[in-house]
Amino acid sequence: MQIALTLNGKEVSAEVRPSLLLSEFLREQLGLTGTHVGCDTSQCGACVVHVDGVSMKSCTMLAVSAAGTAVTTIEGLAQGDVLHPMQQAFHECHGLQCGFCTPGMVMSAIEFAETTPEPTEEKARAWLEGNICRCTGYQNIIDSMLAGAAKMKSTQAGA
Amino acid sequence: MKDFVYHRPSSLDEATGLLAGAEDAKLLAGGMTLLPTMKQRLAMPSDIIDISGLSGLSGITVTADSVEIGAATKHAAVASSAEVQAVIPALAKLAGGIGDPQVRNRGTMGGSVANSDPAADYPAAVLGLGATIVTDRRSIDADSFFTGLFETALEEDEIITKIVFPIPEAAAYVKFPSPASRYALVGVFVAKTKGGLRVAVTGAGPCAFRATDFETALAKEFSPTALAGVTVPADGLNADIHADAEYRAHLVGVTARRAVAEIANGGAA
Repeated sequence: MQIALTLNGKEVSAEVRPSLLLSEFLREQLGLTGTHVGCDTSQCGACVVHVDGVSMKSCTMLAVSAAGTAVTTIEGLAQGDVLHPMQQAFHECHGLQCGFCTPGMVMSAIEFAETTPEPTEEKARAWLEGNICRCTGYQNIIDSMLAGAAKMKSTQAGA
Repeated sequence: MKDFVYHRPSSLDEATGLLAGAEDAKLLAGGMTLLPTMKQRLAMPSDIIDISGLSGLSGITVTADSVEIGAATKHAAVASSAEVQAVIPALAKLAGGIGDPQVRNRGTMGGSVANSDPAADYPAAVLGLGATIVTDRRSIDADSFFTGLFETALEEDEIITKIVFPIPEAAAYVKFPSPASRYALVGVFVAKTKGGLRVAVTGAGPCAFRATDFETALAKEFSPTALAGVTVPADGLNADIHADAEYRAHLVGVTARRAVAEIANGGAA
């Protein structure tokens, strides 16, 4: 099937088989391997991307269902060499160890910041229900989410 | 995942036509259950009919005495709806506790109810509030909708279009979630409705069911202590590695008392 979508701000059209998952489409067909596949059973959240601005697990969505949408992956966040405020916060707070879960964590954390007017540690922990990290014990990830949310707010206010 | 023919109908009529015409078609809305099931090849449909984009299937309408929710409405939309929070806060809270944010961004109410997963949250609200399930051809009372493990009163090619929830005087939903999946090991929805007191249980049995002994006891006296000694029989309840039937029966009592206490304390309307 032929599909067309906006990917990281660019128009993309491709021929896909209907059973192709969005995660497979991104990684195997387009070579965007920043989106990771951990469990492939919608538990771990390493594959989280944004579809029309909200976070989705790309391992549990068909590529054909993404036709006509705007998809953003971890590769689409930085502006050249300037990291997205949430990426910068993960860097500064060292919100990772091995880094495998990080792309999904960052994508999920951005929606958290966008939809949570007054972020707290409790809200951040509850939000991470669908993102699993096997290294960090989450503490620095939570710090990163809160720092990133504050950065996003001030960036927005400054813009 | 086994290959299939993909359809994206532009109307409900077209969807029902495709459903009737295909060998083994499945409707795809959020896909939060269907896609994992297909990945494991527990389902291998010949055709997938994607109804997620159908206009008219999504949205929330609040009237004087009911809340109507389109079948393709996402859990996140129900959870964050100021209107639902105002008139049936227990329903918004239930929706906000399903799975995780990404599941709530994609999973739909109609999909959850049609699937009748024994551990799903929505069936407890549908049954607890005495909702009406509206399909492309008729209306079905909640009391006759859930018929068994992943079984409902829906016909083979019938499509849920919306669910109508009567606004209760008060309601609360309390669940004991599996620590891993957040599915309900046991969830109890208690509601004071115009038609009387209703107690609906999910997670414990093959499908959502009403705990009538609890309803009788609460009708006499609405307080957690009124439920002392009232139980559901463990016979026929679910037993798995997470909890055996006796434990689930015990949890029905505990969660029901917590839900009653929440209403009695005015925690949720």
